[in-house]
Amino acid sequence: MSEVLAPTLTAKDFATDQEVRWCPGCGDYSILAQVQRIMPGLGIPKENIVFISGIGCSSRFPYYMNTYGMHSIHGRATAIASGLKAARPELSVWIVSGDGDSLSIGGNHTIHLLRRNFDVNLLVFNNQIYGLTKGQYSPTSEENKITKSTPFGSIDHPFNPAALALGADASFVARTMDRDPKHMQAMLLRANGHRGASFLEIYQNCNIFNDGAFEIFTEKSTKPLETLFLEQGKPLVFGAEGNKGLRLDGFKPQVVTIGEGYSADDLWIHDEQDIYKAQILTRIFDDPTIEGHLPRPFGVFYETDRPCYEEMMALQLEDAIARKAPDLNALLRGKETWTVA
Amino acid sequence: MNRTQEVLKDVVIKFAGDSGDGMQLTGTQFTTNTALLGADLSTFPDFPAEIRAPQGTIPGVSGFQLRFSSDHIYTPGDECDVLVAMNAAALKANLKGLKKGGRIIANTDGFDSKNLRLANYPDGVNPIENNSLDGYELIKIDVTKLTREALKEFTLGTKEKDRAKNMFILGFLYWMYNRDMENTINFLTEKFSKKPDILDSNIKALKAGYNYGDTTETFTTTYKVEKARIEPGTYRSIMGNQSLALGLIAASTKSGLPMFLGTYPITPASDILHELSRHKNFGIRTFQAEDEIAAITAAIGASYGGALGVTTTSGPGMALKTEAMGLAVMLEIPLVIVNVQRGGPSTGLPTKTEQSDLLQAYYGRNGECPMPVIAASSPADCFDAVYEAVKISVQHMTPVIFLSDGYIANGAEPWRFPTEETLAPIHVKFKTELWDHEDKFQPYLRDENLVRPWAVPGTPGLEHRIGGIEKQNITGNISYDPENHQTMVKIRQEKVDKIAEHIPDQKIDSGADKGKVLVLGWGSTYGAIKSAVAELQAQGKSVSHAHIRHLRPFPKNLGEIIRNFEHVIIPEINNGQLIKIIRDQYLVDAKGYHKIMGIPITKHELVEELDKYFVVEQVV
Repeated sequence: MSEVLAPTLTAKDFATDQEVRWCPGCGDYSILAQVQRIMPGLGIPKENIVFISGIGCSSRFPYYMNTYGMHSIHGRATAIASGLKAARPELSVWIVSGDGDSLSIGGNHTIHLLRRNFDVNLLVFNNQIYGLTKGQYSPTSEENKITKSTPFGSIDHPFNPAALALGADASFVARTMDRDPKHMQAMLLRANGHRGASFLEIYQNCNIFNDGAFEIFTEKSTKPLETLFLEQGKPLVFGAEGNKGLRLDGFKPQVVTIGEGYSADDLWIHDEQDIYKAQILTRIFDDPTIEGHLPRPFGVFYETDRPCYEEMMALQLEDAIARKAPDLNALLRGKETWTVA
Repeated sequence: MNRTQEVLKDVVIKFAGDSGDGMQLTGTQFTTNTALLGADLSTFPDFPAEIRAPQGTIPGVSGFQLRFSSDHIYTPGDECDVLVAMNAAALKANLKGLKKGGRIIANTDGFDSKNLRLANYPDGVNPIENNSLDGYELIKIDVTKLTREALKEFTLGTKEKDRAKNMFILGFLYWMYNRDMENTINFLTEKFSKKPDILDSNIKALKAGYNYGDTTETFTTTYKVEKARIEPGTYRSIMGNQSLALGLIAASTKSGLPMFLGTYPITPASDILHELSRHKNFGIRTFQAEDEIAAITAAIGASYGGALGVTTTSGPGMALKTEAMGLAVMLEIPLVIVNVQRGGPSTGLPTKTEQSDLLQAYYGRNGECPMPVIAASSPADCFDAVYEAVKISVQHMTPVIFLSDGYIANGAEPWRFPTEETLAPIHVKFKTELWDHEDKFQPYLRDENLVRPWAVPGTPGLEHRIGGIEKQNITGNISYDPENHQTMVKIRQEKVDKIAEHIPDQKIDSGADKGKVLVLGWGSTYGAIKSAVAELQAQGKSVSHAHIRHLRPFPKNLGEIIRNFEHVIIPEINNGQLIKIIRDQYLVDAKGYHKIMGIPITKHELVEELDKYFVVEQVV
């Protein structure tokens, strides 16, 4: 599909002349780099790509993409993208948002975007903190978190974004991390390839206000045992030697060691199309500091094919036109008229 | 039998009953019938906020006032000549609006002990039996009994038979006003095409009502209103929200811009959504969003993509949209924001009318955030005014606020509808490529009207980024530079001010260009002001009327008009809003007249008020 298209573009063609103004060391740099890297391969003409963002550190993103872009208002990028996609179904629409933008102030629009299934890509940069307002807890911050606005610890229970997205009937739910460029690129490509609303959560380190929030999942020493990379049709294995795995004990996921009473055949085989298993997978959200916790899944939890809002909207219009050609004069005249001489 | 026919010039009928009695339907049917007759007309539906308030109570009364005349009329009338009261509560709620000596048609079944108690009449008091209505002409009809009798052959239940009561009354009035019933029979045939029983029973009840008038000897006079002497042409009857919807469709068609409506249901604006969603064959996309904020921002997204973005709402919804309006001002893209005003603040009076969002439209956003404001003055005027709003929005790359209100939205009047060919063109200039001298697209480079180019996604070579943060002049890049911000604020203001060069001069609606009193109005007070001023002019008083459609910017000559009068009076259905702006801009000692009851200003009260300026001071 992509080989015939736009072969001349490179990642650099997608960069703008604007100075990138994130803090040095911010995870956003990696996300920008991976997005720019995959863009040429999508085979979509630059002018047909639109990046829409809300407010927050992540939301500066469109200014750094040499495509069409809008840096809008807090929480509303999803709603703006809905209107744009409805009006212009042929465009490739990307929404760039943070955990505050899309899950707090914009939470309502996020779930409705997913429910309606507009064919857009929603990238949620989750750093579990409010960065731009300088360090208050966010709706994904863990309980008891000490921040500027919670000096005695946060009493808010956090969202589980993937489970929330699935609960809103998202047709594509995936998770990746800023420190794994290859995986992120793969997920971006999957999100782009999905027809429907793609929800991609990206763990992103805020090295100023929440440094190391995802360290346990991203550091070489802990990553193998703490993360579980999902691959379609493959057993759920993890660990440095790849000998740990997940099996289902009834509806309950259980960690087993291959060779210790279990073989690879006993493991849970990942099926992205299985909504019931996806529910369980997204619910694997244990606090990694707790004894006996499950590893955190990354990859595509769920993907299904269902009609996109903008397609159905366009079909209704086509159908209406086919049934009755527009005639403005007839409309203005209406059914019952009278004449005054 | 000795029957006479009397020709009347002007009749006001109020249909009043319980919310479930079908008074709105009866009223609209009589309206269509009147319209087809060629009389001038004006209507005022008045219904409760509750979907079904307790049956038989005063809060549950639903009314529909209709005035028709062989003269030009501009209001539904201050008082009614005829009051149809389907129950005791309807009588109690509406008696004060009936002319002395007026006619009451009372459904006696609605005055049984239960109904009397629900309407809070004291024990043993029945107004239709105790001579308390001696000052009126009382016609008592047992509508329920007669309807049941007429439908006795039908197998329908009593409840269903009773639903046809309104048709009996309608039939009776058709007889009384010498009408044929074809339009209502056609209407019923279409509405109940799949329910032959209901269709037949309604038609039977309608005819029974007519025949009751015809055969009962107590009624000896029928009435007739001649065709109105109004401008020649072909007319239809139209309600405000409907005319607004048609104006938007016409603007979409003429501009070639596919329309996207982002909206969230709210009274009294919802009917615009209902109407527009029926016309998908005009390429109209209607999006019922999850809230008011999503509604406007989705419309902004659509406009950004090159569609005609529209959002419709009422007071509280407008409050929710304010931040997004600021974004639209910063993006400088077309967007039409319709506010069908209602009584406020907060939830206020959802089904009642008010003009109390003008200052919000002017100033209700953070920052220096100017937007053009346009208001409709009557149901039919919604069409032209919203068309104008779209034209300004598209041609000047700016969001525009359009103000209607509950009175206009639900009122109806005859409309000499235009044809597609006679509508003014709306010029859309998408930027499609770089010009020879340009090496880079500058999204905020402006033309002589300070209008920036509209370059939509999908246009090669014009990729650019815009947003709500202050932008550098010309390039559109983010800029926090102090001088640049001042420049941009001034430019955005000047851009809106310059629209005054492209709108028509303010006209005097009636009266001389100079004189003693100028009555300055806006919006739905048009009819009341016009009628009151006409009465004073007929008495030879020096009074003129000007009605403002373009509220921001004002027409260039408005100041000059104002200075030509000794007194400037501004009647409004609010606590004084336009008056503040007029005083501010023209330093004139304007006087206000404010009615804040959720109901329109009447002609009589305005005449009385304006007359004060003509009292000759007594020399003591």
